Amino acid sequence: MSERTVAVASRVGLHARPAMIFTQAVAASGVPVTIARSGGEPVDAGSILFVMSLGVPSGEEVTLAADGPDADRVLDELVELLATDLDAETP
Amino acid sequence: MSVADAGPQVQGELHGVGVGRRGVVGPVAQVQPVPAVAADAPLLVDGVAVTGADAQEVVARAFEDVAAALADASSRATGTVRDVLAATAQMADDRALRSGVLTRIGAGEPVVAAIDGVVDMFAAMFVQAGGYLAERVTDLRSVRDRVVARAMGLPAPGVPELTVPSVVVALDLAPADTAALDLDKVLAIVTELGGPTGHTAIIAGQLGLPCLVRVAGVTGLDDGIVVAVDAATGTVTVEPSPDLVDALARRAEVERALEQDTAPGATADGKAVALLANIGTAADAERVATTAAEGVGLFRTEVLFLEASTEPTVEEQTAAYAAALRALPGRKVVVRTLDAGADKPLAFATQPDEENPALGVRGYRLVRTNADLVEHQLEALAAAQAATGEAPWVMAPMIATADEARDFAARARAHGIAKVGVMVEVPSAALRAHEVLREVDFVSLGTNDLAQYTMATDRLRGELADLLDPWQPAVLDLVAATAHAGLETGKPVGVCGESASDPVLALVLVGLGVTSLSMSPGALPAVRYALRRHTSAQCATLAVEALAAPSAAAARAAVVENLDPEVRTTLGV
Repeated sequence: MSERTVAVASRVGLHARPAMIFTQAVAASGVPVTIARSGGEPVDAGSILFVMSLGVPSGEEVTLAADGPDADRVLDELVELLATDLDAETP
Repeated sequence: MSVADAGPQVQGELHGVGVGRRGVVGPVAQVQPVPAVAADAPLLVDGVAVTGADAQEVVARAFEDVAAALADASSRATGTVRDVLAATAQMADDRALRSGVLTRIGAGEPVVAAIDGVVDMFAAMFVQAGGYLAERVTDLRSVRDRVVARAMGLPAPGVPELTVPSVVVALDLAPADTAALDLDKVLAIVTELGGPTGHTAIIAGQLGLPCLVRVAGVTGLDDGIVVAVDAATGTVTVEPSPDLVDALARRAEVERALEQDTAPGATADGKAVALLANIGTAADAERVATTAAEGVGLFRTEVLFLEASTEPTVEEQTAAYAAALRALPGRKVVVRTLDAGADKPLAFATQPDEENPALGVRGYRLVRTNADLVEHQLEALAAAQAATGEAPWVMAPMIATADEARDFAARARAHGIAKVGVMVEVPSAALRAHEVLREVDFVSLGTNDLAQYTMATDRLRGELADLLDPWQPAVLDLVAATAHAGLETGKPVGVCGESASDPVLALVLVGLGVTSLSMSPGALPAVRYALRRHTSAQCATLAVEALAAPSAAAARAAVVENLDPEVRTTLGV
């Protein structure tokens, strides 16, 4: 089991567009990844519904976890994504 | 806005809250409702009930089809509608939603119960999170309805294709539904839920469509049955009598006759009262340009931001404001800075965890948590002013203190805005209007919110509509205090709430000292006519009568009693 903890950089938090971009990236990776708020239950990071309902505000840390040979590579990519202000990018 | 009739329910008559004054007659077109399927209804394939893996296959395909149809609709749409549809498509494509449903079906649960179980769980989580997410429950429910309909072989829910001009009836209309309407075929919009200041009602008002909200039982009407919709009385009459049809036709004729008067608004003795329009977009500004409105008294900029998932850039905002200013050369345009929060949550500006959003960080208070948003908007307005040579008046919403007014004025003037004002919609600002007016060039009364905060009554609670009546004596007192401060300081005091569109109340407002009235464009002719038939001294007398009355109903009755008789007959009040 690999884990990473990262603060959400998007100004709006992990809602709306940033949540869409993040969950699409998780789904595209093909690796099951979970996401949890500090002290919270891990949920499927590839589900827009679960990710939105976490209601993670900007600047708060989340923990990503995954298993398997590709886990570290995928988690590193996702950490980079969350550390970017996804809101600032033009559609 | 008229108030719901509290009298006994008459057969064939349904009551709600009307927006605007117009009345129309036409056939009902029901927006396809939520599929009425029992939670334990069997899933039939070729007439045979299927369960287990076979049912899973049907439901999985239903999710795929719905997601694909929404994505397809999104690709054909533009702007905010495209974003809303794309987000909804992604919900339909959600793997946790789908796998949760399929797992339950695999465990033997009936299809609809399985879908409802998982959707309810997510809906509860969204509601728990509050704010912006709670609003997204509507989108989640619409995914549920589409998947259930698809799986069970029922027609897709939503707005039907209109073949003849119709009265569109719905439980509630999502912004995306409203945007999908073929407006040439819409006579009126009637909803069972929603509020008079909600999204649908505002859009309908701007398009000049009569709209009724909170009409209990209206979704039970048969498709195609003819109804009379009267926004002035808030009444839907099923199979109206020829007399009623005639009366509405006569009223429409009167309204058309009143539209012939396009001279500037003034009382009978020539005291000018600027008659302005409320708008939400640059396209609205272009529509207003063809009317006799002397300008725009309220440009609600949040409409540009609504449903946007990110803050529009300064360049995008500048283009939108410049387009509105260019549409109305030489006419006054009052722009209200972003009024997000409460019933208008924005994805990127609203605090998701507010327990009491109407009393929270909304309107100008956003400057405390997100000053950049305000600065960017002022920058864009100044740039639009430079690009067009038209100077907008700019005002901030939800100002509670003179300090806040001073802070806003300093920021706006630093950007080069020449005319700076604030909204008076919080009672504290009305009570201290003199101090507030010392800081700015003008104020505008938002009577909808002023009534909400004075009467401690949620604007979205239809059952409390009587408390929100702008004729409430306490609300009139605060309007009077504000107008008085305007007279003392020699600065303009406008009204841009729904109250300005009631021709009877408009006379009282002018009598109190209000200098401009802004309303949905459809309401202008009646107000212009009423003003033209009363002198400023008569308006002042009517204002005294209204203030002296002990209740909202008594205030209106006293004023109606003393109206010019011809006006009373013509307007049917």
